Amino acid sequence: MNPLKIWRRSLQTRVVVTTTIASTLAVVVFGFLLVQVISSGVIDSKTRLSVSEAAIARDEAVRVVAAADTLSASLSEEALVDTVVSAVALRAGEPSVYDVLLLGAGAATNAENGARVPERGTNLVTEASVPTQLREALKESNRQAWQFSEIEFLDGVSQPGLVVGAPLEIPSIGRYDLYLLFPFTQEAETITLVRNATVGAGALLVGVLTLIAAFVTRQVVSPVRRVASVARELQRGNLAQRLRVQGEDDLASLAVSFNEMATDIEAQIRRLEEMSSLQQRFVSDVSHELRTPLTTVRMAADVLFQERSSLPPEAARSAELLAAQLDRFEDLLVNLLEISKVDSGAATLDSVDMDLLEVTESVVDSLQALAKRANVTLQLEGGPCPVTADRRRVERIVRNLVSNAIDHGDGRPVEITVACDSEGVALMVRDHGPGLVGDAPDRVFDRFWRGDPSRARTTGGTGLGLAIAREDARLHDGWLHAANAPDGGACFRLSLPNTPGGRLSRSAVSMPNAQELVRA
Amino acid sequence: MVNRVLVIDDDRALSEMLGIVLRAEGFDVDFCERGDTAFAAFRSSEPNVVLLDLMLPGRDGVEVCRQIRTESGVPIVMLTAKGDTVDVVTGLEAGADDYVVKPFKPKELIARLKACLRRPVTTQNEALRVGDLAIDASAHTVTRDGVLISLTPLEFDLLLAMARQPWQAFSREKLLSDVWGYQHPGDARLVSVHVQRLRAKIEKDPNDPQIVVTVRGVGYKVNSG
Repeated sequence: MNPLKIWRRSLQTRVVVTTTIASTLAVVVFGFLLVQVISSGVIDSKTRLSVSEAAIARDEAVRVVAAADTLSASLSEEALVDTVVSAVALRAGEPSVYDVLLLGAGAATNAENGARVPERGTNLVTEASVPTQLREALKESNRQAWQFSEIEFLDGVSQPGLVVGAPLEIPSIGRYDLYLLFPFTQEAETITLVRNATVGAGALLVGVLTLIAAFVTRQVVSPVRRVASVARELQRGNLAQRLRVQGEDDLASLAVSFNEMATDIEAQIRRLEEMSSLQQRFVSDVSHELRTPLTTVRMAADVLFQERSSLPPEAARSAELLAAQLDRFEDLLVNLLEISKVDSGAATLDSVDMDLLEVTESVVDSLQALAKRANVTLQLEGGPCPVTADRRRVERIVRNLVSNAIDHGDGRPVEITVACDSEGVALMVRDHGPGLVGDAPDRVFDRFWRGDPSRARTTGGTGLGLAIAREDARLHDGWLHAANAPDGGACFRLSLPNTPGGRLSRSAVSMPNAQELVRA
Repeated sequence: MVNRVLVIDDDRALSEMLGIVLRAEGFDVDFCERGDTAFAAFRSSEPNVVLLDLMLPGRDGVEVCRQIRTESGVPIVMLTAKGDTVDVVTGLEAGADDYVVKPFKPKELIARLKACLRRPVTTQNEALRVGDLAIDASAHTVTRDGVLISLTPLEFDLLLAMARQPWQAFSREKLLSDVWGYQHPGDARLVSVHVQRLRAKIEKDPNDPQIVVTVRGVGYKVNSG
């Protein structure tokens, strides 16, 4: 898997990686400081020791020079220098803690005869081991001075060390500089050891910390993962799933709370399911109980209606009214049951592949008679618009919108537009009547709400048409919009996604007045 | 010849009203109010068509339908109060030919009943072969290797309508008007359910039909090869 994905997905990975990086940084910083402190301590004490040792050695040299001067003035220059060097070297012990170099200072020539003064050393170190800087410093200050340097041995090996120099006056010859070279071999080894130990211990510490982080996060993360997996199960509808409670810690109390929540939700869902099935049952019973007597009444009314010519005028008219109002009664019953079905969540889509234009055409055809009576012409335009939807419901919505437009069209033409785009299909019905007045735009989709109570109703609608249309559109995840056109008249627009459950971001038909849009 | 209708319904007012309307149309009407006595009533009445309510005391309408189908192919029209898909489909699967949803208009009911009775009666001696089936149109029989396959008149008509024009694909709407006599678009499930019932009887493997095959996006056809 992609490492970035693992990083984003796994809390454990994140914690472990963060811990490792942070502890590595901390260990590096602390280790560096530790090594620094230890090594500077070691070097400081060695330096102090070396410097005082050098001072003592110089005193010895001064003593030897003075003794030689008084006792045997006959000593040659070379012999004198040799005596001084060996006396100083003798102090170094075995193995020697330092090497000695006795070098001529200043012009480095004999003041009297101009010959080169003899220079001596313990024959193990080269002259190059003494840094020029130190020689300059001695020349100027005339006092003891020291400097760290790389000490080069004659066998080619070199080691870091301290060079301590001090001026030494040999009266018979001239001025010398006495250099003692202290190799820090031991100290370098100690420091290397400390550094290696620190690095090793640091690496081990980082490793251990990583393991601890992994272990600890695992302890926290695995219960969280269990909770997540149980939550997923619950979400899938497996309501009986519960977490196992272990111990009394925070995670256990999380598990307890989670289980309580799951139990509550389960009870709530079961109760709702029960209520919903009770409601459905009630609807179905009412439907059956009402329909049977209604069928009888319907047939009786029909028989009377057929025989109305042989009835007295009042009875004949009554038979006519009875038959006509029974139609309305039936429509109302059907609509009420439909709304109730939607409310109880029992409404389901019976989706098929269909063409919105074709459905609209057939609805328009079936409403032509009604339109003619209302003196309204129906103008349909648009191309084929394939869509997957519940044909019965879509037909019902279209019938509703068109018959409403006929009803409120004031005898002027009704324009019907059908169009589609990549997301879905849309239908707009526009009349040229008085439009939506007063609080109509807000309430037009309310149940049993009627536009203008004083207006004559030719279709005798049930007052549930648009409410059902809204529910039908919602079932398809579609929209139903209402607005007034700028030049008068109402506009209703149905927008449906290509398939139920699809997402709409726009409608395939634009409304003439988008500001006043009322979304159902 | 007077057609006799057996009305099986527990609602007396509705039964009486049905009686009035049906008699006015020239039918002979018998009644039965209970599901458990319906079969006996059917035997003694010997009706030409049965009007069957789905909700009955004693025995469920679907059960009654199944029972009648065990010995008769007489047309059965269900009276259903619920337009519920499940109810309609169970009724059709039990062998009902057609259904009307309460509240229905008398004219609608009469039209359905007449359509049931008006089924094309073939007089000419017509013998067809479809696959390994032999169809005798005048005798109303279907045999495979001389063994009689028992079909209801509706199922027989369905098979015959398609067998007369093998290789032609029939849409559900076309079959509804040809076989059921619907003048207006009806419920396409009627066709689907009865094709299933027909296949269960004539196909060797109803899950892999070889005789009545589905034509995707159109409907059905008979595969005579």
